[in-house]
Amino acid sequence: MATEAREATDVEVVDLATTPLRELNQRLHDLTRGDGPRHWRIVNPNGAHAVAAGVDAEVEIDVDGHVGYYCAGMNKLATVRVHGNASTGLAENIMSGRVVVHGNASQSAGATGRGGLVVVYGDAAARCGISMKGVDIVVRGSVGHLSAFMAQTGRLVICGDAGDALGDSVYEARLYVRGEVGGLGADCVQKELRDEHVNEVRELLGRAGVEDVNPQDFRRYGSARKLYNFSIDNASSY
Amino acid sequence: MCGIVGLFAKSAEIEEALGRHLGAMLEQMSDRGPDSAGVAIYRDPAPSGSSKLTLFSADPLHDWDGLGAELRQAFGGSPEPEVRSSHAVFVVEAEAEDAEAWVRTTHPELRIMSAGQTIEIYKETGRPEEFVRRFALEDFQGTHALGHTRMATESRVTTEGSHPFSTGLDLCLVHNGSLSNHNRLREKLRREGIDFQTENDTEVAAGYLAWRLREGASLEEALQGCLDDLDGFYTFLVGTVEGFAVLRDPIACKPAVLAETDDWVAMGSEWRAISVLPGASEARSWEPAPGVVYAWERQRV
Amino acid sequence: MADGNGNPWGLRESYLYDRPVIAEIQRAAQEGIYDIRGFGAKRRVPHFDDLLLLGASISRYPLEGYRERCDTNVTLGTRFAKSPLHLRIPITIAGMSFGALSAPAKEALGRGATEMGTSTTTGDGGMTAEEREHSKILVYQLLPSRYGMNPDDLRRADAIEVVVGQGAKPGGGGMLLGHKISDRVAEMRNLPKGIDQRSASRHPDWTGPDDLEIKIGELREITDWEKPIFVKVGATRTYYDVQLAVKAGADVIVVDGMQGGTAATQDVFIEHVGIPTLPAVRIAADALQELDLHRKVQLIVSGGIRTGADVAKAIALGADAVSIGTAALIAMGDNDPHRDAEYRQIGSAAGYYDDWQAGLDPAGISTQDDELAARFDPILGGRRIANYLRVLTLEAQTLARACGKSHVHNLEPEDLVALTVEAAAMARVPLAGTDWVPGANGSD
Repeated sequence: MATEAREATDVEVVDLATTPLRELNQRLHDLTRGDGPRHWRIVNPNGAHAVAAGVDAEVEIDVDGHVGYYCAGMNKLATVRVHGNASTGLAENIMSGRVVVHGNASQSAGATGRGGLVVVYGDAAARCGISMKGVDIVVRGSVGHLSAFMAQTGRLVICGDAGDALGDSVYEARLYVRGEVGGLGADCVQKELRDEHVNEVRELLGRAGVEDVNPQDFRRYGSARKLYNFSIDNASSY
Repeated sequence: MCGIVGLFAKSAEIEEALGRHLGAMLEQMSDRGPDSAGVAIYRDPAPSGSSKLTLFSADPLHDWDGLGAELRQAFGGSPEPEVRSSHAVFVVEAEAEDAEAWVRTTHPELRIMSAGQTIEIYKETGRPEEFVRRFALEDFQGTHALGHTRMATESRVTTEGSHPFSTGLDLCLVHNGSLSNHNRLREKLRREGIDFQTENDTEVAAGYLAWRLREGASLEEALQGCLDDLDGFYTFLVGTVEGFAVLRDPIACKPAVLAETDDWVAMGSEWRAISVLPGASEARSWEPAPGVVYAWERQRV
Repeated sequence: MADGNGNPWGLRESYLYDRPVIAEIQRAAQEGIYDIRGFGAKRRVPHFDDLLLLGASISRYPLEGYRERCDTNVTLGTRFAKSPLHLRIPITIAGMSFGALSAPAKEALGRGATEMGTSTTTGDGGMTAEEREHSKILVYQLLPSRYGMNPDDLRRADAIEVVVGQGAKPGGGGMLLGHKISDRVAEMRNLPKGIDQRSASRHPDWTGPDDLEIKIGELREITDWEKPIFVKVGATRTYYDVQLAVKAGADVIVVDGMQGGTAATQDVFIEHVGIPTLPAVRIAADALQELDLHRKVQLIVSGGIRTGADVAKAIALGADAVSIGTAALIAMGDNDPHRDAEYRQIGSAAGYYDDWQAGLDPAGISTQDDELAARFDPILGGRRIANYLRVLTLEAQTLARACGKSHVHNLEPEDLVALTVEAAAMARVPLAGTDWVPGANGSD
């Protein structure tokens, strides 16, 4: 697996043990309007919430340690790398850019994301990609139950296993799983894996820096589209 | 809604500083639980034939020494109270059930917070930082402990309504979440002889566990029973004389993090609570799966 | 011999199985799916009409109209936000989505509200450019669906409203049927065109007040703590909800009673879930009083606000402001009797029309059809909204002056009495002519 190289020079270091989170985030937000450091390293996050939330600038941010909820929430353009675990709502509603977690992610990783790429090298928990609206998510490990719940658009690639109720009420998002699927949710069915899908998986794995996984080994899942307009025969799915 | 924390010591160093570490974990959970706090600490086992009671009095000037004299009269020995704020711990030369029954009849104004061989439960309204100071958690040593910070959802902020709830001898429960069928279940459990003091949903879960255990279920079976008989959202942390157990409901919306090093096993609602422990950054951490009972016991470790 | 309706003399309709109930049972048997409609609860429940204001007399003196001020301004978001909202009147426009409403209807709401110095609110579809342009003060909703949610709109908004629920369907999610998912709506919501929008009832990334607190923290961080954060709930366990919203860090709490409208949801949900606005206001205000936060955390109340009397009474019971939804649509022309023939063509009648979910609105308000929407003139609509808001304000001022108040916020519960035992118990004010507040004396 490719590891992301960290810049050795010109890195702005912020220690959350001594700097208030508000100050860090304000400085990161100010980057949108003006010049500032392009590379940041945040140390001692110690589970703080909303670290680097709302960034809108082409910068690189490395976080050394575990973060709390909503790390890189609503991210635009930035590359955020968490060298540790992330709690609930990693990169929720991400618009663009990249968010990478080297450890595990908790619930609702990439929730309602609308663009960009979210990568979890470890496992993601329940509700990975819930209500996704265009984000691409690659998980090297496994995901928990109700992943891709009401997933509208975007791609979710799971190299490990998926828990129960995968893709419950899915719309047009494309789901790829290499390992076991605990169970499929309402209106989610397995679909044919054609060449264009293999290429899609290959491209996503490449962008995510996941090299030791064969794109041919995946199965594709998506919407059966039976819940798109109400029909009495599907009443039990509601 | 709340924060819960649990710490299980695997090394002597952690045992010696158990209270200090638990206090630090508790303070990290203040934001999600500003109304009241509580802990259950397992320490200082009562000698065989004796039992330990933790009692609460709403009267700040309660005559604990006088109570000690009455206990001496009733059961023998010389029970000296260990008083912390509104609570007092007595080691009584009797089986727990007998000691409890005596207190209930002779001093109905007192609340029995816990009973057993090693457990002590302290809980009070007010902010967690206050609680840690008032009860001098720093001084506690012990084998394992649970803690809770409360944001009251559907019941009043009172001492009785705080967690942990004691479900039986050396048994306690803390809960993050909100049950939805506890009212009818409370009535059913009352008919089975379980007592309730509050309108609190957690107390019902605690009563349910007590009932199942009384009817012969193992802790594991009783917790499995929760999955069938309790409706709602919950992360439960149960304390036993051997250790603790964690269970999340199948929908699993409420958070839970577990972590382990060579020196400790810890559980918290957020990573922040665990981050204050020594060696936390190197700990193996994971999220408990929904509907699965996780348990740690001293014999196994 | 016939009666006044042309029926044989002496027929009696069942109270339980009346014509609407018969029609519904037979429709259900025919279609096999629940009935979905718009509008709020239609059945009668205790409301502000059951309360009366005690005007001035010998012991209290009134204020002169015009000359002697009765102020109406209100500031929302004083608790934590850097930039609270300053409104000239205590009436705001409630959240209604583009999708539920046509674009010109949203524009009209913005125009009218701006003219009167108050705010509008986006709905379950995101912020449109028209609304931001025409609405000087815009509150941006964060809903479970997160349709259209983005940080730029968060920063463009003047306040953010975290929607836990609404009065019409506390515990339900949004709903928009396929025929209203037009190209534009589909694009904004990232959905395929023409499909039924299924809805989530819980937020995707938090559940419960303890995690809501963390979510509010994130929203504040993203917007650099500038904007007031509202938390909106449908009225159910209002006492606890208000206290929990406060503990979770809300600047403003919005409580929507069961009479609150919706664009589309199940009829059974609308009529049978939630409590009326009347008790909800009092409970919410009392809960804030208990925390010593009344008027420090502001309370907005909605659900059946129709007249300046409703406004005055809601404020007397403790609200800082009220919000209108259904009334605003009616002001703009919904259910206009001049369109009766057109309503009859689609199976309804003026004064009865509630099929907002169908998107066939001849007034061009609750539709996405370009032709129908084109009938709606947003400038005229804006003027109507401004006029209506003006009347609501003048009426409330008239009543407040009669009670001797130089600011509407000085109205208090003691200015009210009730006509019925239910209203007295719910509003916790005495039954008129007595000292009796049912349930209050001797109980907790």
